[in-house]
Amino acid sequence: MIYIVLIPLLLACFIPFISKFKDKIHTGIFVFIIPFTIFLYFIRFIGNEFSPIHQTYKWIPSLDINFNFYLDGLSLLFVLLISGIGALVVLYSIYYLDNSERLGHFYVYLIMFMAAMLGVVLSDNIFVLYTFWELTSISSFLLIGYWHFNERSRYGAMKSMLITIFGGLSMFGGFILLSVITGTTSIQAMIAQADIILDSKYLPLILGFILLGAFTKSAQFPFHIWLPDAMEAPTPVSAYLHSATMVKAGLFLVARFSPIFSGYEWFFIIVSIAGIVTLCWGSYMAVRQTDLKAILAFSTISQLGMIMAMLGFGTKIAVFAAVFHILNHATFKGSLFMVAGIVDHETGTRDIRKLGGLLTFMPMTATLALFGTFSMAGVPLPFLNGFYSKELFFDSAIHLTEGISGTASFLIQVIPYLAVLGSIFTFVYSLYFFFGVFRGKTQLNQLPKKPHEAPFGMLISPIVLVLGVILIGLFPNLVNGTFIAHAAESVYGSEVVKELKFWHGIDSTAFQMSLVVVGIGTILVSTRKKWNGVYKLLPGKLSFNKAYDWLISMLDVYSNRITRSYMTGSIRFYFAAILATTLVVTFTFMFVTNGFTIQFNELAEVTIVEIAVVLLMIAAAIGTIFTKHNVAAILTVGVVGYGVAILFVIYRAPDLALTQLVIETVSVALFLLCFYHLPKLEKNDETLSTKTINIFISVGFGTLLTLIAIASHSTNSFNKISDYFIETSHSLGGGDNVVNVILVDMRGLDTLFEIAVLGIAALAIYSMINLRNNKEEK
Amino acid sequence: MEIIISILAGTLFATGIYNLLQKQLLRIIIGTVLLSHGAHLFILTMGKLKTGAPPILIEGVNEYTDPLPQALILTSIVISFGITSLLLVLAYRTVNENNTDNMEQLRGNEHE
Repeated sequence: MIYIVLIPLLLACFIPFISKFKDKIHTGIFVFIIPFTIFLYFIRFIGNEFSPIHQTYKWIPSLDINFNFYLDGLSLLFVLLISGIGALVVLYSIYYLDNSERLGHFYVYLIMFMAAMLGVVLSDNIFVLYTFWELTSISSFLLIGYWHFNERSRYGAMKSMLITIFGGLSMFGGFILLSVITGTTSIQAMIAQADIILDSKYLPLILGFILLGAFTKSAQFPFHIWLPDAMEAPTPVSAYLHSATMVKAGLFLVARFSPIFSGYEWFFIIVSIAGIVTLCWGSYMAVRQTDLKAILAFSTISQLGMIMAMLGFGTKIAVFAAVFHILNHATFKGSLFMVAGIVDHETGTRDIRKLGGLLTFMPMTATLALFGTFSMAGVPLPFLNGFYSKELFFDSAIHLTEGISGTASFLIQVIPYLAVLGSIFTFVYSLYFFFGVFRGKTQLNQLPKKPHEAPFGMLISPIVLVLGVILIGLFPNLVNGTFIAHAAESVYGSEVVKELKFWHGIDSTAFQMSLVVVGIGTILVSTRKKWNGVYKLLPGKLSFNKAYDWLISMLDVYSNRITRSYMTGSIRFYFAAILATTLVVTFTFMFVTNGFTIQFNELAEVTIVEIAVVLLMIAAAIGTIFTKHNVAAILTVGVVGYGVAILFVIYRAPDLALTQLVIETVSVALFLLCFYHLPKLEKNDETLSTKTINIFISVGFGTLLTLIAIASHSTNSFNKISDYFIETSHSLGGGDNVVNVILVDMRGLDTLFEIAVLGIAALAIYSMINLRNNKEEK
Repeated sequence: MEIIISILAGTLFATGIYNLLQKQLLRIIIGTVLLSHGAHLFILTMGKLKTGAPPILIEGVNEYTDPLPQALILTSIVISFGITSLLLVLAYRTVNENNTDNMEQLRGNEHE
């Protein structure tokens, strides 16, 4: 299975080369092969008999990060969605995107996304899963910003990335906690240790972090705001990433971890509330939108909320319905996005106020939209798959009593009513979408293009999806036993058997709820203009987008301010800051580790000569600060240098003394040569505070160094390696001067580099002087 | 004596750093020179002072001064000489190009 994830990534590298020939043949035709092959590869796993497949490839074994691929019912469902819808979307994009677009970029991003998404649903290792998870965020960012010359695209891309990556990082935190507690990085191994996790005191943190990741990715309230802005992406992308696959990654994550958390009351409370609120808010807001894709975006939000709520319920029916609806939603919403793309493509606008009466112009598209919207609305007809999952949703909402008590019991009372409320608005926006576009008065003068039916190639993909809607609707048990039941089983933990049938009898509560939805929904649709004013009250001026924008602009302003406060452009300031930090850190470290020691025995005796030299040097060193004349300053530095040479003589280092004398003489000469060209030293005109800080830093550093020197001299943690040099100098190096032998034999390479450094310095000096000459000659 | 030399090295460091924090290029170069002197003495004290004869092998002598710090310092002296001369020429060029050796005037502008 590793090849299934990695080969698309490899093949994606070749897409830019293929796209060179895009004028002759559309790049998408080649790309189509990739998802289609993967779909064919996985479709063979469908069947009544299915057992999970586990494969491991070592990646970073020392950190327990490996490609542990695990294909169970849930992964299989997602893999088929990703590759199947992926193939259809690529097919659709061949007609949607013109040759003049940057096709190479588009398909690279798309295939990169597909591979990442496959990685997310197949990984059993949480860190590998996280890596792929972020890769989907990045490819989503690139695809939303595909038309990067649009300001709105850039804004939407940025927003989606900031929100999803924020969630991703918090999820990563949850993962780390999980792996620390359980000592494993495999999800399946964690499920086996669910007791340990449930007993851990970090459980609320883990749950919160992971759910934050899932909610941001799946656009749950109040993180839903990125999804409408993501609609700036090309429509194939919206159909693929932002309705069928990527936004379902959050659902996948919740489903994957629900065997662990399902025993935890807060899991039920948080996930159910988030889901139900998202369902109601999304469907309520969808009716207000005028852009076709915005309606679909809010409808996706509400549908995701519905699935999330069902995963939160966690009962047998609910889990089954959730998994079933993941499939159903992908079919009808995918086709509706493609319909919206066709309408946009053929009329030049997506504004529902300008559209209308397109039924006569595009009968095929209208028929497809009819099936899609009615299925989404949950209209009780036996050939619409949306109705089945909607009814299962009601069914699960009224049968929540299984093992729930305490604070959660209030929720059980409210949830059925909220479910109906959300579904009423779902019904309203579905019909609003269909009737607004295809019925009503035609306003040809409002449309930028004369509308006509789409080319057949563009219709293939939505037709396939609508056929899926009808087939699942007519023969629900076709997909039930073969893979939906397997998927539900891997979420629920034990076998889920559910016979799907259309007619449950007139006295079934779920059916009555559906009738209420259709009844009230129809009234609301026909009187939509009359109650439209309600949006002035709610949300009114309340807007999560404004909160987001405010947060981002504040972040901008303050980070700018903070950075400016220390990036002053003054190197002296940087240097002082670095020194001060080093000072504080080293001092603290030495104090904490008790590093300062002092030892008075074994010291060399003190002689008058040495004291005199030392005093002279100290005086000269301090003198350099106060001299106001170039020559005087250079000479005082010279005094220090010669003083060092004298100390070398006293301390029995003849080679050092010689070198130091020569170098010091040359240096002083060099200084004197240069000083003629350098400006005169000026009086120190700094403010008292700067002076004090400088004095403080330098004296502090001097003290620190003295203490370290004493401490290092006073400790004998290790044996000296010098004895080795003294012993072997003659036998190995063939010389009696040990220092020389060390330099040219033992550490010969070091010396070679030293010479190289000198050579480079000489070249630099030469070129700097020469450059001037050339300039002056000119 | 080691303690006294340690204090000397510390003083050299303190004066060196104070010079480094000044505005004028010449002072900064003087600072680096003082700093390297301090570092050499620092390394020297680590190997203990006057523990034996100079590290040149002679028959009959068993105690020698630690040769390793000396080798390190020898390398360091040469390198710091290279740096000093490079800095001097660099300062000289800078003054030639910009007509100032003041670090505050040489700093980059806002929008770089």
